[in-house]
Amino acid sequence: MTNIPETGRTPRVQIRLVVIQILVLSLLGTLGGRLWYLQIREGEEYAKEASGNHVQQVVDPAVRGSILDARGVPLADNETRLVVSASRTELLKMKDDGKGVLTKLAGVLGMKPKEVMEKVRLCDAETPQPCWNGSPYQPIPITDEATAKQALQIRERAEDFPGITAEPQAVRRYPGPGGSNTAQVLGYLSPVTDEEITQAQDTDSPYLRSDQVGRSGIERQYDKELRGKAGVTRYEVDNLGRVIGEAEADAAQPGSNLVTSIDARVQRVAEYELNEAMKTARKEWDRNTQQRYKADAGAVVVMEAKTGRIVAMASNPTYDPNAWVGGISAKDYKQLTGKSSNYPLLNRAIQGQAAPGSIFKVVSTAAAVQAGYDFDGRYNCSSSYSVGGQVFKNFESQNHGPIGLGRALEVSCDTVYYQLAHNEWKKDGGINPKGKPKDYFYKAAHQFGLGAETGIDLPNEVTGRVPDRQWKQSYWEANKDAWCKTGKKDGDYVEKIAYENCLEGNEMRAGDEINYSIGQGDTLVTPIQMATIYAAISNGGTLYDPTVGKAIVSADGKQVSEIQPKSHGKLPVNKQTLAQMDEALAGVATRGTAAWRFGGWPQDKIEMHAKTGTAEVYGKQTTSWFATYTKDYAIVMTISQGGTGSGASGPAVRNIYDALYGVSDDGAISKKNALLPTPQKKLPKIQTDGSIASPKVAKDPAKDQRASQEGVPEEDGQQQAATVGTPTTENRETRRRRQRRRRPRRLT
Amino acid sequence: MTGANSFQVSGYGPERAGWTRLFARDSLARRLDWPILFAALALSLVGSVLVFSATRNRTEINQGDQYYFLVRHILNTGIGFALMIGTVWLGHRTLRTAVPILYGVSVFLILLVLTPLGSTINGAHSWIQLPGGFSLQPSEFVKVTIILGMAMLLAARVDAGDKPYPDHRTVLQALGLAAVPMLIVLLMPDLGSVMVMVVIVLGVLLASGASNRWVFGLLSAGTIGAIAVWKLHILDDYQIARFAAFANPSLDPAGVGYNTNQARIAIGSGGLTGAGLFNGSQTTGQFVPEQQTDFVFTVAGEELGFVGGGLIIVLLGVLLWRACRIARETTELYGTIVAAGIVAWFAFQSFENIGMTLGIMPVTGLPLPFVSYGGSSMFAVWVAVGLLQSIRVQRPMSA
Repeated sequence: MTNIPETGRTPRVQIRLVVIQILVLSLLGTLGGRLWYLQIREGEEYAKEASGNHVQQVVDPAVRGSILDARGVPLADNETRLVVSASRTELLKMKDDGKGVLTKLAGVLGMKPKEVMEKVRLCDAETPQPCWNGSPYQPIPITDEATAKQALQIRERAEDFPGITAEPQAVRRYPGPGGSNTAQVLGYLSPVTDEEITQAQDTDSPYLRSDQVGRSGIERQYDKELRGKAGVTRYEVDNLGRVIGEAEADAAQPGSNLVTSIDARVQRVAEYELNEAMKTARKEWDRNTQQRYKADAGAVVVMEAKTGRIVAMASNPTYDPNAWVGGISAKDYKQLTGKSSNYPLLNRAIQGQAAPGSIFKVVSTAAAVQAGYDFDGRYNCSSSYSVGGQVFKNFESQNHGPIGLGRALEVSCDTVYYQLAHNEWKKDGGINPKGKPKDYFYKAAHQFGLGAETGIDLPNEVTGRVPDRQWKQSYWEANKDAWCKTGKKDGDYVEKIAYENCLEGNEMRAGDEINYSIGQGDTLVTPIQMATIYAAISNGGTLYDPTVGKAIVSADGKQVSEIQPKSHGKLPVNKQTLAQMDEALAGVATRGTAAWRFGGWPQDKIEMHAKTGTAEVYGKQTTSWFATYTKDYAIVMTISQGGTGSGASGPAVRNIYDALYGVSDDGAISKKNALLPTPQKKLPKIQTDGSIASPKVAKDPAKDQRASQEGVPEEDGQQQAATVGTPTTENRETRRRRQRRRRPRRLT
Repeated sequence: MTGANSFQVSGYGPERAGWTRLFARDSLARRLDWPILFAALALSLVGSVLVFSATRNRTEINQGDQYYFLVRHILNTGIGFALMIGTVWLGHRTLRTAVPILYGVSVFLILLVLTPLGSTINGAHSWIQLPGGFSLQPSEFVKVTIILGMAMLLAARVDAGDKPYPDHRTVLQALGLAAVPMLIVLLMPDLGSVMVMVVIVLGVLLASGASNRWVFGLLSAGTIGAIAVWKLHILDDYQIARFAAFANPSLDPAGVGYNTNQARIAIGSGGLTGAGLFNGSQTTGQFVPEQQTDFVFTVAGEELGFVGGGLIIVLLGVLLWRACRIARETTELYGTIVAAGIVAWFAFQSFENIGMTLGIMPVTGLPLPFVSYGGSSMFAVWVAVGLLQSIRVQRPMSA
């Protein structure tokens, strides 16, 4: 053994042992370095991922705010229903995954066990409806129609029903006070889509899977305010979703209430009168088309003249907004969106557009004054006016001789405006203008706010159209190919028009401007635009953005943010001309085209102004327009294919005024019967507990109004919508009605 | 040196009991490698805490007793400790003579696994169920017997002074001795254990002084073998999937990549000092599977942070450093080879186990020595500690 070194190692083995030692140390060093990298350098990243792993959110939805009328009467609120829900996490803790409990529950609720199980299963690609597509950590509603007795059974035997709750929950309801409907203005809710959830994810008001989102009307416009903020409780859970502790909870913030300027009673009167007017119009014979008027659609706007606030806005055909509550049925949806019902979802007050006819003449009058024509000058109101062989007739070929512009408004003399427009057309250079044409008549329309949105706080307002040179050019460019293809020089009317349009549709022809001056031809306006204009004439010239929303009041009534009227311009008319126009329009109501509808009106006490309009639409019956105002209100009504302005819409508008001011047919003013002689100024008071002191609304203010007029009670019958029946909402509808009567309204 | 054991030589007899004797020069206490003993005990105790944290809420496996795994881990440590004492008492040289018996028994046991007596846990058919809820994983003991057997063959003629290095025939014999149990383990299939055994064989060959040709030849054979195994689909699908998930953990976060992902999240979220013992949400929430055994390091990473994880690595470093010194300082090649084999075993198995939780190694079912829950592994590593102690105790003290 002596020849072996002291350590007993040959150098080769020694070296290799050192190599092994170095290798071992480098392996451990690698581990240490990697550990440092994961924990220190990237630690925060992983910590975030870890917290996402084990935190689940349970959502306590916020109660949606109510929509109130100007006096605090709820137009949309929430109804308390007893909702029985099951907690999946609780059920899954049981040995049989909660099957026993659910079967027992089905017995109490009078449902089939299978039905109940299907409601609690989670939706995935292979699971057909019914299934739950919300968060599995949220209580899953099994029924929202539980009776108090059933709820009591479940609550009293809580130990028999672990994971099952029976609690009152808020469900949207449109109570329709006083028989009003307000459907298109209120809009409706429907469940949020995946896309919307993704889009709103990182904003300050993200959606929850269970959220209902406003889809049209006020519900959409003020969705964010009404929705509130859902409460979120974050639970820590393990890998199987079992709760292992409560992390934190944000309480739900109930949505704010929206006070509108709508008066439920006036709204009811407006809806009723519009519908009645359309029903009456359908009995009238149209000599032009040799058939009865179709009166297929109509709208009426009642606006506060000094603020632009909407007191009532009705669109016909209409529908029951409650059809959307709890998910619309396929049948209802088809009916609401089908052509056969003539699209009742449309709010025709802001989305319906038609040629304005003679109510446009206020614009033409202002344009003429701007162009330098004397308001009190003498203009020949002949029975017809010819330009280049084309004859433009006055309405019913009346001849009033030389008259001023005021009188032209009163008698609605077309030929005076023909002359003025033709003169201006010639001054601008005729068919081939040199330089920049002045286009007074078109400019005035834009200055009156036509061809643009009024800015009303309702979604999807349409702009209408001013058929100026610019529009003609772009319209021609878009359509000339089709016109040139179908146009024939010697064809029928349509073919001839197409032929002419093909040749010179981009040019401003004399006939275009002449037709335009009396609101015919390609001009399109919406009722809300005309209401805004006539309100402006009433208030001294300010064009207000119409508003429905008046104030947003927090659920506890403590924070009130008023929505102030905004203006989008002034009428291009000086004070003197405005006064003259005002006087002329008063003349329309007293001795002009609308006088026969305002017989017995107390003009000395409540000065009435009006303008009638009857617009021609090619291939259709005439559109009836009636634009009116007093010092406080402007009312514009239109009925498509309804006949003349004063004929079809006159009585209805008169009745609305009668209701507002409490005027009887003989001209007597009864304060008792007046619904709203001056616009509602004060906001309704919302108590800290969320309750609202709102006045009682009569069962049907419209019928009451008629009754007070005639002194005889009308026969009692449900109002039938003009062209579409109230959508059937199955037995839910009747149940809701019954409950409404029995249970005191609960406001939240 | 006659093979007498030092327990008796250093005089621990009842007639001469006394502290002075115990700490006298050349006494057992002075000769024992205390750092290794301390590190092994510390790792076992840290392991018991981590195992407890990982299992106290896992009602589906702890039979309703949150201390079930804690008690058993401590019990296993105690048995392992006793096995270590027994090994030191017998001495590695005595065991050298018993190698044929030990080898025969361990090969018999792994063969038994292949019979219907064996059972499958997590895809590896490498267990024998014993009555009373115990189970045995014989491949752990095979690691020890391969080291002892190869060392016996390779060192025989060198220690006799006949040759400076083992000759080719001896190396071939040694390789054959290792190959038999390795093949059987590969059939189970327990790929992780085979990997460890390959590294053990490499370490043993290196330390034996065998020709470089053998070392490099074996290395290249291993590489070719790995490629062949991959290409010829000898691996099971789950094993390929684990490797694929290792290469790209986000491949299938709900499936095979899940372990890797959750393990990394657990460790990463620990930060410097961790969430605190029993406060790790990944651990409490049981997001990491097999957390008391193969993924026990994630508990340390999450709840004790970089400090705790680093401590485990440092303790392993202390143990391995001392073991390397033992290998270098002993005078016999037999002791050197055994120590080096143990170093290769512990080092690679620790690296693979911690490395897979850190996402730098593929996932295989290997326990972390001393720390992971598991009786067979615990017993085997403590026997190995006993062997290291024995080698150190029995070397002649330098003057």
